[in-house]
Amino acid sequence: MGWKDVIEGRPGEKVLLNGNEAIARGAIEAGVCFASSYPGSPTTEIIETLAKVPAGEIYTEWSVNEIVALEGAAAASFAGLRAMCVMKSDGLNVAFDFLTSMNLGGCKGGLVVAVADDPQGHSSVKEYDSRYLAKAAMVPVLEPSNVEEAKVMVIHAFELSERIKGPVILRSVTRISHSRGLVVLENQLERNRTAFFPSGECFLTKTVFHMKARDRVKKAAVVLEECGLNFAEGPEQADTAIFCSGTSLLYAREAVNILGINGDIKLVRVGTTFPLPENFIISQLRGVKNVIFAEEIRPFLEEGVMLLYARNFDHKVRFFGKLSGDVAGARGSSCGEMNVDIILKALDCVKGIHYDKPGYPPDKIEEIKALIPPREYAMCPGCPHRASFWAVKTAIAVDGRDCIVAGDIGCYCLGAWDTGFNLFDTLHCMGAGPAIAGGLSKLGRFGLKRPALTFVGDSTFYHAVIPGLINGQYSDSDFLCVVLDNGVTAMTGHQPHPGTEITVDGVAMNKILIEDIVKGFGVKCEIADPFDNNAVTEKVCEMLREPGVKVLILQQECALVSGRKNRHKKRVYVDQSLCRGDACGCSRFCTSVWGCPGNIWDHKAEKAAIDEAVCAGCGVCASLCPAGAIVVEGRG
Amino acid sequence: MKDPMNLVVAGVGGQGNILISEILAKAAAAVGYKVTVGESYGMSQRGGSVTSHIRLSRKALYGPIIPAGCADVIIGFEPVETARAASDFGSHNVKIIVNPRPVYPVGVLMGKDNYPEIDILLGKLKDISEKVYYIESTAIASQAGNPVMQNIVMVGALAGFNHLFIPKDTFVRIICQVVPKKVLDLNKNAFNMGYDAAQKLNYI
Repeated sequence: MGWKDVIEGRPGEKVLLNGNEAIARGAIEAGVCFASSYPGSPTTEIIETLAKVPAGEIYTEWSVNEIVALEGAAAASFAGLRAMCVMKSDGLNVAFDFLTSMNLGGCKGGLVVAVADDPQGHSSVKEYDSRYLAKAAMVPVLEPSNVEEAKVMVIHAFELSERIKGPVILRSVTRISHSRGLVVLENQLERNRTAFFPSGECFLTKTVFHMKARDRVKKAAVVLEECGLNFAEGPEQADTAIFCSGTSLLYAREAVNILGINGDIKLVRVGTTFPLPENFIISQLRGVKNVIFAEEIRPFLEEGVMLLYARNFDHKVRFFGKLSGDVAGARGSSCGEMNVDIILKALDCVKGIHYDKPGYPPDKIEEIKALIPPREYAMCPGCPHRASFWAVKTAIAVDGRDCIVAGDIGCYCLGAWDTGFNLFDTLHCMGAGPAIAGGLSKLGRFGLKRPALTFVGDSTFYHAVIPGLINGQYSDSDFLCVVLDNGVTAMTGHQPHPGTEITVDGVAMNKILIEDIVKGFGVKCEIADPFDNNAVTEKVCEMLREPGVKVLILQQECALVSGRKNRHKKRVYVDQSLCRGDACGCSRFCTSVWGCPGNIWDHKAEKAAIDEAVCAGCGVCASLCPAGAIVVEGRG
Repeated sequence: MKDPMNLVVAGVGGQGNILISEILAKAAAAVGYKVTVGESYGMSQRGGSVTSHIRLSRKALYGPIIPAGCADVIIGFEPVETARAASDFGSHNVKIIVNPRPVYPVGVLMGKDNYPEIDILLGKLKDISEKVYYIESTAIASQAGNPVMQNIVMVGALAGFNHLFIPKDTFVRIICQVVPKKVLDLNKNAFNMGYDAAQKLNYI
């Protein structure tokens, strides 16, 4: 993996890195001292790489959430050190209150907020354009177009931050962070590495500092005009220009190459999308009749350029973008990610150059697609969440009051879909579940009689759940909060959290116990093992009937973590002499309902079977099989 | 050689796409290509499809997404995922190297969806592609010592077909760099068996 090259590579070497590793290398070259983050795809390798830098050089932290991460990084900046805070786009919402406050008073050492958006939602529940938040917070935005440039722009971002004395956002996207490319390593800059926070130097927030933030943006605009990150390529005079930012530059280049019209089309790459380099853009708009915009997610650059045009020109320019609907993929404009084909289609619309798309004949594609089943996300073999969901689903059925289930964000968001028995009635952001359950429990006086239950994860608990629970307790709400405690932040690749016993760099810590926290504010808390499925069902039934806020922690290690420990796993198999097949009346419970990838149907024998290569050996299906046909070796 | 050269690696979470795209990209870079790899793997551990796009050029740096119908080679770790990638990126010019062993989606296991007859599905691809090569990489990897090395067998097969004009030695050197020492011999063996399987098919 690339982290070794990031840390051990020598200046001048050309190494293959993914975008996150390149961002980490940029931070190292820029002399970063402090790096913090809450794990979110597609950004996690940035901190994971920085954490491997030999001891003491960089302080790295998996923080409990993004606002805490940013506050810590800002502290380092206040003391004159270079600091980086990393988050996915959703995380910027969490950090936003502090970002908007801090940016009024400003900071000192370079402070870069690396935010990765996820166009198309490859690993997110939403696709979100963080540039609009950056603009609202009056924080400059730099957007790299490829992996190597991601490294270079980090260094630019630190320098800009120190010149304007405010934070700067580096906007990555999945197709930068999770792409690989060749990166030339450079020397580490000689930087101040001594923290110095003299008495009398204050970093405060005050309404009139709004003017400071405004002036900082103005100063950034001047710096960014000259920074070399905005450039044009192709003919100087062209009737059509493609204004692009981020990876769209590469797609636009490829599109004009495919059509062979490089000589006719000007490409204008805007690397600093906020504040816009006004003089550069105005000069590039001169003499142009058509402008096409190519950028990820929403029409941010497009809106900015059109405003500049409205103020500065009276000649007619036609604009083609997401606002006009001409730059749109399969999901329509402003949704889904950019690609070469979208730009080819826009060029057809503007220049009338038709592109004969290569590929199989459409009727053949239809024939093939008709044969292909969907591949929906599924919980892993032996995942404790499946067991937890099943126990709760059964308890809700037994309870008979049609309990409403508020979900939350993590692997267990799959509780909203088939693999999680379609258990969730609501699913939003981290921490939303308990507060929604609390709100629902207050609606009895308006006629709502259904009880409320919420699922949260352990990492989510520390991140965002505690206020919702305290609020529930304070407002005398009635709901059951089930904490799915698998010991790590599983969804993003098993990063540690305060319940894991280690820090980002592997240092042992005392666990901060969830049960201690909730008992501390007077909430009843019980702990159970989801693999002891029937007992959990009974426990949930009992707790659902009790008044007040209750917490049930279902503890069982993430199946991927326990699988990697290479412990001897229990053999689970079907005794086909006991399996009654379709005559059982269970409707093939183990395969068609339980849905663990380890449970398969033996079509020859017309009986259940276990795919022993896939099975994790948890044995929960054995306790659920009505015929008792599934055997766990060594269990009496 | 065509420029750019576009490869798609299609599989299911856990089949080892990421390691393979790293090996291919490093091998290509070692012989002087400009390389871009685009990957989507956020939810891959949750049993979803994973595809990597690998783009090699002597002239320019290309973007991380291959345009529709523009793949030159598709390496498929699983039949349905191969067909899914081919229907988006394949054409009559594409060469497909496929492991015909299915990994059933959860919907199929649950009885909601049907998994197609593999020979019918891949036969349809054969009719409209330049070549479809079957490499029984899971079976070969089992012989080599561990079925999870099917991804390395497929790299060996790609080297054996020599579609990328990257010498075998270069691949082996990169495998030595990226694979942990304690499983290196097993992996080299798997690579060589994949290489030989492809060479045999080449001479048929």
